Amino acid sequence: MSAPTTTPTAKPAGSARPKPVQQLGDRIFAGSATGAGIFILIVLAGVAAFLIAQSIPAFTASSADLPGGRNIVAYIGPLIFGTLLSAVIALVIATPLGVAVALFITHYAPRRLAQGLGYVIDLLAAVPSIVYGLWGVSVLAPASLGFMTWLNKYLGWIPLFAGPVSATGRTMLVVSVTLAVMILPIITAVSREVFLQTPKLHEEAALALGATRWEMIRMAVLPFGRSGIISGSMLGLGRALGETMAVAIILSGSGIVTFNLISSANPSSIAANIALQFPDSTGVAVNVLIASGLVLFVITLLVNSIARWIINRRSEFSGAN
Amino acid sequence: MTLETGTEKKTDAELAEEALVPMPLVRGELPRWAPWVILVAALVVVGGILAAAGNFSIALTLVLGAVVYAVATYAISRGVEGGRKATDRVVTIVVTTAFLIALVPLISVLVTVIENGLARFDGAFFTNSMRGVIGEGGGGYHAIIGTLIVTAFAAIISIPVGILTAVYLVEYGKGSKLARSITFFVDVMTGIPSIVAGLFAFAFFALFAGPGIRFGFGGSVALCILMIPVVVRSTEEMLKIVPNELREAAFALGTPKWRTILKVVIPTSVAGIASGVTLAIARVIGETAPLLIIAGLTVGLNVNPFSGRMTTLPVFAYNSYAAPGVPREPFIDRAWTSALVLILIVLILNLLARLVAKLFAPKTR
Repeated sequence: MSAPTTTPTAKPAGSARPKPVQQLGDRIFAGSATGAGIFILIVLAGVAAFLIAQSIPAFTASSADLPGGRNIVAYIGPLIFGTLLSAVIALVIATPLGVAVALFITHYAPRRLAQGLGYVIDLLAAVPSIVYGLWGVSVLAPASLGFMTWLNKYLGWIPLFAGPVSATGRTMLVVSVTLAVMILPIITAVSREVFLQTPKLHEEAALALGATRWEMIRMAVLPFGRSGIISGSMLGLGRALGETMAVAIILSGSGIVTFNLISSANPSSIAANIALQFPDSTGVAVNVLIASGLVLFVITLLVNSIARWIINRRSEFSGAN
Repeated sequence: MTLETGTEKKTDAELAEEALVPMPLVRGELPRWAPWVILVAALVVVGGILAAAGNFSIALTLVLGAVVYAVATYAISRGVEGGRKATDRVVTIVVTTAFLIALVPLISVLVTVIENGLARFDGAFFTNSMRGVIGEGGGGYHAIIGTLIVTAFAAIISIPVGILTAVYLVEYGKGSKLARSITFFVDVMTGIPSIVAGLFAFAFFALFAGPGIRFGFGGSVALCILMIPVVVRSTEEMLKIVPNELREAAFALGTPKWRTILKVVIPTSVAGIASGVTLAIARVIGETAPLLIIAGLTVGLNVNPFSGRMTTLPVFAYNSYAAPGVPREPFIDRAWTSALVLILIVLILNLLARLVAKLFAPKTR
């Protein structure tokens, strides 16, 4: 690895001072550590560069060569829609639940149970996504048939539940709920960390003034943890956007754009589409899939950068750490 | 808890309005057993109504019972204790219910996987590959070996790179421009969707070996992209909490910096680093999407990661489920057993990480 051979210790203040003795081991070690850091930057640049290089043919090819004979925007557009729709619904379901679970663990559960409960929720995050996919399609989908029929019967006037209800239960709604289960632990973990950092004095002051537990949480804990909740949900959103196998297993997507969550015709997501189409694709079709992957990369990059920016901005002035 | 025994239950609003009217200083309070009685009553009433209507189900009873419980608690508590306490009680119910709801999928996933996976959780699954198997029998031996090889190579690359980067960030580059950009991009890397990592590995190797490239080591490279940031972050956190006094003591004795890091800093934090690494392995061992793209799928055992397709456990589970042969059942059974084996591996790795963190923690008298 081509690493700079200078080490931070070799910074003489003036030319009069002798240079500190540089051992060979020091140079090697500092060099390899720096090199590893630079290597990561190169890899990330490589990810972007190779994806761009491989997706250029997809943009330049004539639309007749592309799968379905549509141009690239018409091909990726519905996929972006499906990706965003499933992820946003998952977020809408998971955020209140995640925050409530974090509150339960930090402020409601008996002290002795709290740590164990946190560990149980962390386990949810460790379960591989393929397992969630299998679970979603064979347990959640049939189990939610009754619920979806009910939604269609009584709330069918809302376009979201217009139906007709899918007979298999493999719908956008089931996918979104599965994704919600998968991102719940992330939101919970981040919110929990922030809630635990709430200054004890603020909480005790609120209680001492006669606030009930909920009033204390509303006035002291939630305002303090707001940015943590936001960034946690953004990280969850990033995970939901990129989630592949659960969507690929549950949905049999097609290239349509619809807000109907409970019918059998659903838009697919970018990641799931890649996983489903890639093994059988050749030629330009591969480039098109890589181009859609690039789009996904950019979207998640944006979401995660915003989340990180919120976290970092907070850590500078919070005084909690 | 402190508030439930409180004796002052007057609100600001009431005080302002009725400042002159003599008010009791103590408001009524529901006895400790009241919530439980209301809960049982709500469940019994809802269950009774549903049974009378002829469509009784436990799930529906619990859901509607929780709603009735919340409403009844609010009404009763508002009458006896006042609005603020009533809101507090309802929020407690909502938060607790949310937690219970979050537990449902976890329990359901575990129960389903164990129930369906035990059917083929036998010796044959761990000793047979799928070569020549059409219907029953066969197993995931090739997939298990494939998973171990791919993950091992990913770990061999990621762990040194990750730990060295963390050492750079904490010991050498503190605050420099390079360090800050590395930190930022490591954070960005954490969010890379796994399928994009797979596409990258494919795009990279397809450049040299043509578009049909599928091999195990490519999967390892894809997993590295996902694993390195996790290793860097956890190691960085661990190195940061090594007290500066230890470093200064070593420097004062004339120890060169690299020996200080190797002999003082890393041994102090080795427990945390090891458990972080184990968790990182647990995270990537269940990845499906990138391996589906770059490692591919085959029915037989392939122990050479540099040539030929290599099946891994998650891909095996996915393929058995998504593209079963005829008859269907043996394939579905094998998919569930693969899922069970995966969960077991992840669980064991998680427990191992906790154990390592506990056993190798620096002794503090």
